Amino acid sequence: MFNGLVLGALLALISSGLTIIYGTLGVLNLAHGAMFMMGGYAGYFAFQATGSYVVAVASGALFVMIVGVVMERVIIRHFYSRPNEDQLLVTFGLSIVFVELVRLAFGSLSRSVPPPPWAVGVTPLGFMLYPTYRLVVVGIVAVALLILYIVLYRTRLGMIVRAGIEDSLMVDSLGINVFRVFMIVFGIGAMAAGFAGIVNAPVVSLVPEVGEMILVQTFVVVVIGGVGSFPGAILGGLIAGQILSITSMINPGYAYVMLFAAMTLVLLVRPRGLLGAHSRD
Amino acid sequence: MKSSPAPRRRIPFLIEGLTALGLILAPIVLPPLGFAPNTVNQILIWGLFGLGFDLLFGFTGLLSFGQSAFFGTGGFVAAYLLTQDMVTSVPLALLIGTLISMIVGVLVGVLALRRTGIYFAMITVAIAEMFYFLENSPLSHWTGGENGIPGVPTPKLELLGFKWNVGTGWSMYDFLAICYFIGIVVALRIVRSPVGKILSAIRDNPLRAAALGHSVFAYKLTAFVIAAAYAGIAGGLLGVLQGFMPPDAFSFDTSGQLVMQTAIGGVGTLFGPLLGATVWLFLRDFLQSAMGLGSAWKLVLGIVFVLLVCFLRHGLIGGVKDLYALITHRKAVEEEAPEEALEPIVVADESMPARHREGNLEVGTILQATGLTKRYGGLLANSDIDFTVKVGELRGIIGPNGAGKSTFFKMLTCEVPPTSGTIMFEGKDITGRGVTDVCQLGLTKSYQVNQLFTRLTVRENLTIAALAELRGKFRLDLFRNPAKIPGLTEQVDRTLELISLTARADTTVSALAYGEKRRLEIGLALATSPSLLLLDEPLAGMSPSERVATVKLLKSIAKGRTMIVIDHDMDSLFELVEWITVLQEGRVLTEGTPDQIKNDPVVKEAYLGGLHE
Repeated sequence: MFNGLVLGALLALISSGLTIIYGTLGVLNLAHGAMFMMGGYAGYFAFQATGSYVVAVASGALFVMIVGVVMERVIIRHFYSRPNEDQLLVTFGLSIVFVELVRLAFGSLSRSVPPPPWAVGVTPLGFMLYPTYRLVVVGIVAVALLILYIVLYRTRLGMIVRAGIEDSLMVDSLGINVFRVFMIVFGIGAMAAGFAGIVNAPVVSLVPEVGEMILVQTFVVVVIGGVGSFPGAILGGLIAGQILSITSMINPGYAYVMLFAAMTLVLLVRPRGLLGAHSRD
Repeated sequence: MKSSPAPRRRIPFLIEGLTALGLILAPIVLPPLGFAPNTVNQILIWGLFGLGFDLLFGFTGLLSFGQSAFFGTGGFVAAYLLTQDMVTSVPLALLIGTLISMIVGVLVGVLALRRTGIYFAMITVAIAEMFYFLENSPLSHWTGGENGIPGVPTPKLELLGFKWNVGTGWSMYDFLAICYFIGIVVALRIVRSPVGKILSAIRDNPLRAAALGHSVFAYKLTAFVIAAAYAGIAGGLLGVLQGFMPPDAFSFDTSGQLVMQTAIGGVGTLFGPLLGATVWLFLRDFLQSAMGLGSAWKLVLGIVFVLLVCFLRHGLIGGVKDLYALITHRKAVEEEAPEEALEPIVVADESMPARHREGNLEVGTILQATGLTKRYGGLLANSDIDFTVKVGELRGIIGPNGAGKSTFFKMLTCEVPPTSGTIMFEGKDITGRGVTDVCQLGLTKSYQVNQLFTRLTVRENLTIAALAELRGKFRLDLFRNPAKIPGLTEQVDRTLELISLTARADTTVSALAYGEKRRLEIGLALATSPSLLLLDEPLAGMSPSERVATVKLLKSIAKGRTMIVIDHDMDSLFELVEWITVLQEGRVLTEGTPDQIKNDPVVKEAYLGGLHE
């Protein structure tokens, strides 16, 4: 149950990043998994240099945000007017470039970041002992999601973003610089993935391919929750986390099969996703 | 004046012949360039795999990131059958593998094709990944899990007493080359068949393809299953080539590599995947060994790929084509689109009659809508509309902006279901039947905003429309030559003449002038030979002289069929129609002859607002 919560919270955070980018910009970022991976490695690098967990988390998130902003400015921007398929191709190509760059810099062997000293060991929960750091992860991710929620629903920027999800053309004609908003959204979305990547690094060791699996799980989460829906991403993430961990306890071999079965079920019963509104499809 | 239809294939089987020649020459030409036979063999397998993918992506517009599922399925089924000695003939095992792959394709397709675009890509990725896990653990007893299936035998063929034991290297090349050749011949036939044409139409404008009476879902599924078949046979051949079926066949990398190779070579060309695979595998070998880059080869390929997607939209083949066009100035001499139709529209003596369908009425009521209501949330677009049209009538609908005219049309053609009320067409209840079925019954519409197949030529556009009428909503004539469908050429030519686009028949729609596109829009609806034709603002955006010509055209079309026309151009409409219905705020305000409507104070008030005193 708790393992599911940890995984679910992480998936919720990563998926929110993917879904707000898609919702606002209409671009499905296939390099989102690579963002997750780069967050982990950037944090690992910072941790090696400073030995501080907090610095590692901050620099992992910031680095990926910068990568996201640069990527949007230099490449993605030119793809808004091109067909969806071209957007998929270019982000897919970028994800390979990112993975291979990291492999070049850090090699293929797995790396790990230790949990911060104050979160080492286990915490008695009354009925069981549980690794303290995993509890910390749930807490950190919950805070991050809350901040994301506040930014999206309680600020002017968030209002513009949500309006942009509804109708970006209209927002543009209201005199708001949509392109600048797009850049910020891309940065925030990427940062969500990067942040999750470094926070997860002490739980699962880092390899350059770590983002690929996460990307596929994120897709399932988003399809279950509804593309472009922030609450849907959170709900989908929590559901996916539970399915994966519960099935893993019984038979790990079937964990992913069950996850995809759930997605199939949602597609059959509610093709738009659990909380999906009318998408742009 | 009738220009002869430009023959597309001047030499029959030119492409097939050149492919055969290329395949024969490859073992002589490629080795000096540094290609090992094993590399060439892999290129052929990827090229074959890509044929199906290109039919799916390049021709139908469906980008799947999950082709590995079918590649692996076909491969593992064939490898299992052969290594367990359940089947001794390699071709038979390959065939069974392909067949299973197709069955899986149907199941996956039914699910994934519920959505389009980005959703479709995501679902295919997820499903393919599930296959990878299935192979790896639950089915590992049969598939060998992470070890794959070793010991796949090479083919031993016997045909008419002639024995051929296929070995490795160039001997295997001969076998694979034959497979690829069959693959390309079949793919070319499919592309040229009516189904192939309809797939391109679906890629360009799925909404209009459905509205013209084609079952879009069934055709998409067809393309999906064809792609699965190609993937299945290619997967089987991979096992045969390597003597080992690797679990990697199911991995996401396999799907990704296929997508990238196709994009590098050129999407929608059939040969793109082969060229892409050549570039990919050659660069891999070259960068790894000659340049000593080791594992960084993939980084270089990734960068090359991103640059290609950014700057060379149609891949290498597209780039070569553009370059060729640049050198020969082919593009430059392409005639400028005339601003306006200069040639007068010749009203054909014999206009195009509606096709006689079973249940067609000679007299009486052709369309009857009762209590038609459409509610969008709080907005009442149409409210309790009763509307009756008699056979042969030419009806006009007018109303101020926002009166609900277009919504009303959309309900009549079953593009949107009414909130309540019924629609009877020729005595049949068509409420909720769906736009495709209704078009097949003989009721269709021309759109207010052009809905054309912009990447196809004028002739191809009309062919798509006529095919719907001649072939029904779904037919699996994958190998039929469209030129041999009785009545097709005549119907297209007649429509071309009627809308005065004969001289522009082989021009791509995107190069047409606006007025020409408007006429083609009407032509598309007309080519389905509807007995009831709805026209949503056919005169919108036309110049005065074009309007005069189009009204003439509409009059000639109206012979032998029933028509309902919405337009804001009152003068033209009053001249054209016999009876007018006025809509206001979603209700029928009044009905009458043009003269009655012109002088009706209620209508004046509706248009000009309340001018009380």
